[in-house]
Amino acid sequence: MQQIEVSEIMSLIKTHPIEKKSLIPILQDIQTKYNYLPGIALTTLSKTLDIPLIDIIGVATFYRSFSLQPRGEHLVTVCMGTACHVRGGPKILEEFERKLHIEAGETTKDGQFSLETVACLGCCAIGPVVVVDGHYHAQTTIRNVVSILKKYKKNEKNDENTQEN
Amino acid sequence: MITMKMNNLDVQAEEGSTILETAKFYGLEIPTLCYNPGLSNFGGCRLCLVEIGEGPRTKLVSSCTYPVEEGLVVHTDTKRVLEARKMMIELMLSVAPYSKVIQDLASRFGVKQVRFKVRNEECVYCGLCVRMCAEQMDARAIGFQNRGFKRKISTPFDMRSPECRLCGACIYICPACQMRCIGPDPETAVCNACLNLDPTCVDVYDELQCWMYDAGRCGTCVREKPENSDSKEQVRDDNP
Amino acid sequence: MKTLKKINSIDELNKTVEAEIQRRRSEKRPILTVSAGTCGQARGSLKVIEALENVVEEKNLKDKVKINVTGCHGFCEAEPNIIIHPHNVFYQHVQNKDAEEIISDTILNSQIIERLLYSDHATGETAQKEEDISFYKKQMRLVLGDNSLIDPTEIADYLSIGGYRSLSKVLSTMTPEAVIDTIKQSGLRGRGGAGFPSGNKWALTRGAKGEKKYIICNADEGDPGAYMDRSLMEGNPHRVLEGMIIGAYAIGASQGYIYIRDEYPLALKHITLAIQQAEQLGLLGENILGTGFNLKIHISKGAGAFVCGEETALIASIEGKVGTPRQRPPFPAVRGLWKSPTNINNVETWGNVPIIIDKGAEWFSQIGTNGSKGTKIFSLVGKINNTGLVEVPMGITLREVIYDVGGGIPGGKGFKAVQTGGPSGGCLPKEKLNLPIDYESLTEAGSIMGSGGMIVMDENTCMVDVAKYFLNFLRDESCGICLSCREGTQRMWEIVKNISEGNGKAGDIELLDTLAKAVKDASLCGLGQTAANPVLSTLRYFRDEYEVHVRDKRCPAGVCKELIQYSVLEDKCTGCLACLKVCPSEAITGELKEVHIIDPSKCIKCGACFEACNFDAIQIE
Repeated sequence: MQQIEVSEIMSLIKTHPIEKKSLIPILQDIQTKYNYLPGIALTTLSKTLDIPLIDIIGVATFYRSFSLQPRGEHLVTVCMGTACHVRGGPKILEEFERKLHIEAGETTKDGQFSLETVACLGCCAIGPVVVVDGHYHAQTTIRNVVSILKKYKKNEKNDENTQEN
Repeated sequence: MITMKMNNLDVQAEEGSTILETAKFYGLEIPTLCYNPGLSNFGGCRLCLVEIGEGPRTKLVSSCTYPVEEGLVVHTDTKRVLEARKMMIELMLSVAPYSKVIQDLASRFGVKQVRFKVRNEECVYCGLCVRMCAEQMDARAIGFQNRGFKRKISTPFDMRSPECRLCGACIYICPACQMRCIGPDPETAVCNACLNLDPTCVDVYDELQCWMYDAGRCGTCVREKPENSDSKEQVRDDNP
Repeated sequence: MKTLKKINSIDELNKTVEAEIQRRRSEKRPILTVSAGTCGQARGSLKVIEALENVVEEKNLKDKVKINVTGCHGFCEAEPNIIIHPHNVFYQHVQNKDAEEIISDTILNSQIIERLLYSDHATGETAQKEEDISFYKKQMRLVLGDNSLIDPTEIADYLSIGGYRSLSKVLSTMTPEAVIDTIKQSGLRGRGGAGFPSGNKWALTRGAKGEKKYIICNADEGDPGAYMDRSLMEGNPHRVLEGMIIGAYAIGASQGYIYIRDEYPLALKHITLAIQQAEQLGLLGENILGTGFNLKIHISKGAGAFVCGEETALIASIEGKVGTPRQRPPFPAVRGLWKSPTNINNVETWGNVPIIIDKGAEWFSQIGTNGSKGTKIFSLVGKINNTGLVEVPMGITLREVIYDVGGGIPGGKGFKAVQTGGPSGGCLPKEKLNLPIDYESLTEAGSIMGSGGMIVMDENTCMVDVAKYFLNFLRDESCGICLSCREGTQRMWEIVKNISEGNGKAGDIELLDTLAKAVKDASLCGLGQTAANPVLSTLRYFRDEYEVHVRDKRCPAGVCKELIQYSVLEDKCTGCLACLKVCPSEAITGELKEVHIIDPSKCIKCGACFEACNFDAIQIE
């Protein structure tokens, strides 16, 4: 894990008003910047906002968008909403799990891919939906899974800019 | 003062108090688990449920958190309440079968079976330990983490917490691990549950650790005793 | 985005709106309206726009045709779609290679391209105009309709369709009490799910003690399968803002929050921009339009918790805490955000306010049924031909929505159930197809209106699997405070899982029923209280399906993995090796042009072979 300076964390915190209600927005910024919530960031935040560390941990573990462990370079999110479920979403998830050799919620050993599920992305008409690094893939089939992964494994630049993060 | 009805009795209640407090004042017994007069109200164990309202729109609410209202109609032991209560006890037994407190509740309210697969966690997440640690001991060393079925109580990062002063207040207040029920002693007619307070951690360490001994929730005392010579296990360091 | 000039008075606003309306009317060029909401983009609408722009550039047609990029038109199945004005032509499934043809044939020569027209699933008839398309015919798009007229990133566009005229009317001719009365008389009920009369909520908040008051827009939309709020926020954010500003004025609030879920980046972008533009124009901020009314609206992002759609959990989240609901009373109207009176309404509820003010309470109350006035937006998804967002008057039957608007079930399969209300709702069988859609009748039937998710299921959907799916969702999303919900959803899930895996035993169904009723009764908040609905409704209408799973260890719909077997149909197999190649567990053997065989001991039932086979030769039973 990277060494993170307290000063780095402080400058990020200072972009928000220093009050207790800024906790979640600051955590969201830390998550976006480091791809997880480093322990040093949480202890620093506890001192700065005067919130007991245990309460910050409570918030950090309650909400799904935060992760206390580093996420992979590429985040694969499979939609498990009702409409996608009815259209075969779980089979797509299983195929990703098979191909990546991890279960949902885990990260591959080489740190390349994290596999997550999300309850619903609101794109039910084009389900089953898979989002990789903010790019939406519509009507995914089991066969697509391999080609989707290949794209990111080779780190090919994708011209198709369908969505920003 | 507010006037309301409890079990068809006209009662006077102090504004700002809860149904449970009013019931206690009048000697009406409502079972509780996560309630403690010295701690904030939690409303999590759902044992203190009472039925409020009249006609077809009645509902069940936890009396320890529901505030008194002028004209409120409350019933403490309707069929709906009794059935819900029994199911709550059955659910608690399925995760903390060795708790004498919960076994006693089962006997008292006629819960004779546990139809769910027993998952012995010895914790029903009543939050008494968390509130005790924060409100009475002012330590805030343990707290709730995660949500839903993954809920747990632990220290930050599951490491020994510098905030924890090993006061043992969490063990003292915990209904699940206070006394372990081992059933009646065959020679006598006595239950013998109260004979046991068996902190396994003192077998490994020189002092009492904590009760959260299911690996993944602190688990300090069930981890391997550290190999290095000074045998100090990892304590969280906020100033590396 | 150009910097906008501040408007300082109501009079000036009226003039500006008039000017923009005139600008719109004076547009002589034909307009190509391309929908580019999140799902449109995922289907390639941005590429289509790029292709169209290239053609216009190459042929130097900038002064001959205008390209308008809008939000979602609602007909998701047809995306990417284009509406061409004034020809009034609706093209569906447009691809970038069609760009050239569309411009040269339709724009320049007024010729229709037949293959891009919508064709009815039952009759095959094509329809050119939007109003002739069966998907749109029975709809009444009061709230969502404007999506196809405006560029959501331009406030001027919103003004050009008469936007903010309702605000002007309110600030110049109505007292706050009069506004509340209007909303009360209209009969508007909360569109987020509970259906509480909005006018009453506003009155309660206005009447509550406290100097500082808040309004909140609940844009958390956590129900899987529901995305109408997303579409409205992406496609017409000012509609929501206008409703909120009117509401804040009526209630006496000076601060507002929009709580929007993390998973909606485009909606977040558009609403943020809309707020900035409204502030620049002076429609938000201090002394709005010189009336002395102040309002600041902030955005609060969700962090991935379904329970934060519950109002007290949402409030806790804005305050920076874990999203755990609390006991009500006290209700947020009396004691809400930072203990101040707070009025929370759903996106769609706020979106209805401007049109009620504009057309009047009486007009609105003529639409719908006695108890449920107005329209409701539903996301019609699942096993349905015309997937999309449909806005229909209350009182329309489920049958009309599913068959007339939705075009029925694809593949000629049989209808089995329709699920409404998300994880808090229930599944209704075909016997209930004639049910009129309104709050009370859905609740009576064992479901709820909810936020508007409507998921259609066919004969290949297993209801035990559906219950298992919802319970799995709920046991993870439960906040964890109360025993009945946390432990109850977990145990219900365990029982249904066992049944779906063929390990159900006698007494399981009865235990499930008893437990479900206890969870419903004993839980603190709406999540727990309605968590039992998926179970109770499927037990009520599909109990026999559960019994077949328990007694016969069989899944009639062919879904529950442990109870089905994949096999190759000898008479259909052509020996093409397609399935063999994709099988991850090497369970299929066979040579080219020979019938293939699946070894059940190796088969993991992943479904890859079923997907790969082009001859319908894989059987699941």
